[in-house]
Amino acid sequence: MSQDLNPNIAATDDARELLTFRLGQEEYGLNILNVQEIRGYDAVTKIANSPAFLKGVINMRGVIVPIIDMRIRFNLGEATYNEFTVVIILNIGSRVIGMVVDAVSDVTSLKAEQVRPAPDFGAVLDTAYIDGLANVDERMIIVIDIEKLMTAEDMGLIDQAAA
Amino acid sequence: MSLDVSQFVGVFLEESFEGLDIMEAGLIDFREDDPEAVNVIFRAAHSIKGGAGTFGFREVSDFTHGAETLLDQIRQGERRMNTETGDTLLAAVDCIRELLRASSEGGDLDTEKVVSTRTAIEQMLGKTPDGASAEAAATPVVNAGWQISFKPRPELMKTGNDPLRLLAELQRLGPAKASVDASRLPALGEMDPEACYLDWNVELSAPVAEAEVRGVFEWVEDECELSVTPLAPAADEAKKSAAATPPAGGPAGGNGDGKPPAAKNGATGESGKRPDGGSIRVAVEKVDSLVNLVGELVITQSMLTQMGNDPGDFDLLRLEQLREGLGQLERQTRELQEGVMGIRMLPISFIFSRFPRVVRDMAGALGKSVDLRMEGEDTELDKGLIEKLADPLTHLVRNAIDHGVESTEQRIAAGKPPAGQISLKAYHQGGNIVVEVADDGAGLDRAKLLAKAESQGMAVSDTMSDREVWSLIFAAGFSTATKVTDISGRGVGMDVVRRNIEAVNGRVEIESSYGEGTRIILRLPLTLAILDGMSVRVGDETYILPMTAILESIQPKTEQLSSIAGKGRVVHLRGDYLPLMALHEAFNIDARAQRAEDGIVIVVATSDGRAALLVDELVAQHQVVIKSLETNYRKVPGVSGATIMGDGKVALILDVDMLLRLRRMH
Repeated sequence: MSQDLNPNIAATDDARELLTFRLGQEEYGLNILNVQEIRGYDAVTKIANSPAFLKGVINMRGVIVPIIDMRIRFNLGEATYNEFTVVIILNIGSRVIGMVVDAVSDVTSLKAEQVRPAPDFGAVLDTAYIDGLANVDERMIIVIDIEKLMTAEDMGLIDQAAA
Repeated sequence: MSLDVSQFVGVFLEESFEGLDIMEAGLIDFREDDPEAVNVIFRAAHSIKGGAGTFGFREVSDFTHGAETLLDQIRQGERRMNTETGDTLLAAVDCIRELLRASSEGGDLDTEKVVSTRTAIEQMLGKTPDGASAEAAATPVVNAGWQISFKPRPELMKTGNDPLRLLAELQRLGPAKASVDASRLPALGEMDPEACYLDWNVELSAPVAEAEVRGVFEWVEDECELSVTPLAPAADEAKKSAAATPPAGGPAGGNGDGKPPAAKNGATGESGKRPDGGSIRVAVEKVDSLVNLVGELVITQSMLTQMGNDPGDFDLLRLEQLREGLGQLERQTRELQEGVMGIRMLPISFIFSRFPRVVRDMAGALGKSVDLRMEGEDTELDKGLIEKLADPLTHLVRNAIDHGVESTEQRIAAGKPPAGQISLKAYHQGGNIVVEVADDGAGLDRAKLLAKAESQGMAVSDTMSDREVWSLIFAAGFSTATKVTDISGRGVGMDVVRRNIEAVNGRVEIESSYGEGTRIILRLPLTLAILDGMSVRVGDETYILPMTAILESIQPKTEQLSSIAGKGRVVHLRGDYLPLMALHEAFNIDARAQRAEDGIVIVVATSDGRAALLVDELVAQHQVVIKSLETNYRKVPGVSGATIMGDGKVALILDVDMLLRLRRMH
């Protein structure tokens, strides 16, 4: 694709595209290259004795995909499930993981200088997986490093011994 | 003509490994009165040597050559097969295998062993000069140089060969002087520009083996007259020159585009990846029947499509046809499934065939005398299972020889025949494959096991059943061997065996009686990809239980249920008390059947004995395709995998052994 034809990609090299989504009142952004697809919430198969944010696994065209609910993980918004519930299917390394959010809002292009480092909250909040904060149209977007977040040990998504 | 040999290298390696297995088996079973036996071994060695030469595994072909010469002498009756020759040849088989592996995959090579084996073979060959002379020209008896007369036929170039390339190849062997004989050259008007009219005389002044010189012309042998005569003898320099021989001599590769070296490199890179993928050789009939089945399936599919597309009204007659079509589809799908699974099936002799060697080597090393009996080598198993079974079985057989079978003196004292018996058996039993390793040795010593377990701080009591005592040997770090040997006794092993077998949904059982022997029984599913399962419902969830684990299911009556200390529940079944585990409690879900009497109790067999599971209801029995949870998630305790049900939902496949073991921990 030539640069002239696509204004989004035509931005400079240091710009990147983010998919933004809402969790409660907060707006988050993640690298769009990690997004495989967006789909509705199907019936999941529960996995016993797993953390509450792990809703279970679904069959996505023959592949077994774990589904986590970010609202429960971050204690934000209400974890209700209806026809409007959205699941973002992510590609993290070679894995496929589904993530339930309140709503998907937009695709935004951000330049590197628009992203400010997140302040350190110390032990109150783990900011290790937050890339920074960005201001778009007077809204604050929390840019997360989704790979770091999903592979974090406390997510328990990956056998740490195997990883 | 461009010939990419790299694609054949994999096949060559596979055939060579098979050939080595044949050699090994033949050497172990060798009997003087069977002249065909040595022929079989010889042929295997010969094809390995030939193939290795063709594909540029120069070290392998050189090495194999010595063994082949030795075999040839035996074949000709010039030499007798004795233990010494047998051992040397077996060592040679090992070396060839190592060499092949090292040259195809890279990695370390036990050079010392190769050299010592090679020396042993050469010494043997040296002992009978009459035998050695036959192939003397090719063994490292070398001249100072060669006078080579090369007269290609006119059509040589049409087959894609280029004499210049051959000459260049000769030059790589050493300094060569070539003179051309153009006497056959016709007048210009009669000349065919694509024909070759020139003859060459080459004086190669390098002390290389004749085989190497001839190897250059290997590809054009039939298209030329070739004579190779020594220049002057210099046999005393043999050793030195053999070492100095350029290793890259290689086959001259008849193709005109300089492909061989490149192709060879490519092949090495490719075959380095080989162990991951692997390949299966399938009988043509199996493939043909699959092709037929697919044909039938396509016909059925088009029939059904037509029925669905027809705009006409859908009457009852049509419904009948539809049912018929669906029935056909079901049958064909099932046959196709069986056919495809059949492709993955290999006879268990793939593993069994290694054991005569293992037994022979180990018994020799331990100074014991052991006979091995094998039954049911034709039993077919999934290829994946075969691979996973190899290590545990080897371990069990080694255990049987080391710990099971007693020394000859002890056996005689106990009134047993001096030679120990180890038997390997494989057979089908109710949808399972059963593999048994049995010995007629000392058997497990109950008292000793208990004492040892106690000294290691395990919870044991004298009232434990035999089965419970035997399963102590599965504990990690548990060993009753009085001394640690090279072979076993370190206490790693049985726990690994059990883990490996359970990883493929199998079970390990032990039967033993003191003084009479031990029998280890492995029960395995038929295949790894598909599982015969029973779907059960607990609350709103559906789980799959492997059929291999299920013994029976009952509707419990109140009087059959009792509890111990208010917590542990048991089921009384025909005189036995089985521990009862309610699945809804284990998985923290709301069961529909709040009382056990309203549910169904499934009696399951585990490695640690029988147990009972409480579920809400049995749904159906079906074959399910096993999907890994670990691909995108991680291992879940008590669950061996997942599958997709007819309605598209995911159901978890339970690992009964693990589940009950988990419960015991809590």
